[in-house]
Amino acid sequence: MTDILTNSAPETDAPKGDLLSKFDGMIELRETVLATGVEDPYNLVMEKVLSPTRAICNGRDTILLGTYNYMGMTFDPDVLDAGKDALEKYGSGTTGSRVLNGTYQGHKECEDALKEFYGMDHAMVFSTGYQANLGIISTIAGKGDYIVLDIDSHASIYDGCAMGKAEIVPFKHNDIEAMEKRLRRIPEEAGKLVILEGVYSMLGDVAPLKEMIAIAKKYGAMVLVDEAHSMGFIGEKGRGVAEDQGVLDDVDFIIGTFSKSVGTVGGFCVSNHPKFDILRLVCRPYVFTASLPPSVVATAVTSIRKLMHGANKRAHLWENSKTLHRGLIELGFPLGTEEPQSAIVAVIMPNLERGAMMWEALLKEGLYVNLARPPATPAGMTLLRCSLCAEHSAEEVQTILQMFERAGKAVGIIS
Amino acid sequence: MDIAEVDKRIRALIEPFNKKGVEIKDSTTFANDLEFDSLTVMDFVAEIEDEFDIIISMNQQAEIENYGQLVTAVHKLQDS
Repeated sequence: MTDILTNSAPETDAPKGDLLSKFDGMIELRETVLATGVEDPYNLVMEKVLSPTRAICNGRDTILLGTYNYMGMTFDPDVLDAGKDALEKYGSGTTGSRVLNGTYQGHKECEDALKEFYGMDHAMVFSTGYQANLGIISTIAGKGDYIVLDIDSHASIYDGCAMGKAEIVPFKHNDIEAMEKRLRRIPEEAGKLVILEGVYSMLGDVAPLKEMIAIAKKYGAMVLVDEAHSMGFIGEKGRGVAEDQGVLDDVDFIIGTFSKSVGTVGGFCVSNHPKFDILRLVCRPYVFTASLPPSVVATAVTSIRKLMHGANKRAHLWENSKTLHRGLIELGFPLGTEEPQSAIVAVIMPNLERGAMMWEALLKEGLYVNLARPPATPAGMTLLRCSLCAEHSAEEVQTILQMFERAGKAVGIIS
Repeated sequence: MDIAEVDKRIRALIEPFNKKGVEIKDSTTFANDLEFDSLTVMDFVAEIEDEFDIIISMNQQAEIENYGQLVTAVHKLQDS
């Protein structure tokens, strides 16, 4: 049923056999929005990047509030030096798979840094976070196995499920009872994997991991938690929501990314499973792609090690998140969560058209946020997603609030 | 439970989701005739799962396009 819905295209006069005509509905929607004269939210170019929080976007000096650069590591001097040094010493790329000629000293150091960061026995570095989910999920859960997952899971999780051909059983977002009911109905002897996220990126809300993991274990399921949006920030040592809720040791597989708090690109899985290393040979998205360039892994290592000691930055980021959240509520904007739960603050827009207008008004004020729309969003919502950075100053957060006030009044979303 | 009873129960469950009062036949499709979006599908599937104490995985859902197919699938699932 779901498949039919996403692919339903209206009748058109497209030439017969045009495989792209299935996207006509989307083309039409896009043209309708752009016809109102707004700048294209999905075609922004950053001409210059000045810092983790500032860039020149479409010719304007812009505060960045939608980059997931939570800990602001992208311009850290130590991180940059490590990257330059590795570029000089090891060259621009590995031109090879991790299992052939693509594992350099830096890749091992990166996995060592991750093992230390999480206090776990094994780590595997992938070329992107998407591939980490795709690879681990499709490899461990195959035909005949069951995957029980939150309906709001990221696309990379769903794609991993589909690639592995396991039975996919979604449950209502963050609903503990709905999850348990489904686990109870699965044949006892079947292999079971429960997939959860620490922070859900659309609304910025946190999962009740402690309760959910306890139930998963009760039914003999293995547990995978995606901590993409919590690593580096949430938890005393920045290990994520599982650390914060005291259940890190009960998680079988943690998935994460280098493209958020770590500030570069790449993905990983850490685990205490004694047989974990066999996955290097059987995980296709790990084997059949080139490994990360030496400069990228060198920046990742330096950044991960600095994040271990990032308590002050974490505290400042929490302050920023709380200030923005409270300020937007006071201005009258409806938000995705009642209390700030992460570094993501999602502002709910009345519809796509007004959302696009508000997005453009903010851009003209000099503020970049993410415009998120269905089907990526839950409940068909249009969201202006704000992700804060530890490098935003307290004054910048006040400036951001003033921009929201002016833009919101101009577009008529607040009074 | 025989297929007539399954049909009767699903008919009752579908009612609150059938906002336009479309006549339900075996050939009635969820996507086009009933205009279910993905959220409605999720809620509707959850109701059926709870009513019959079964699981309809997304893999199985992908094969179900119309009402008749749903009744047949649920009948088979609750029997096994």
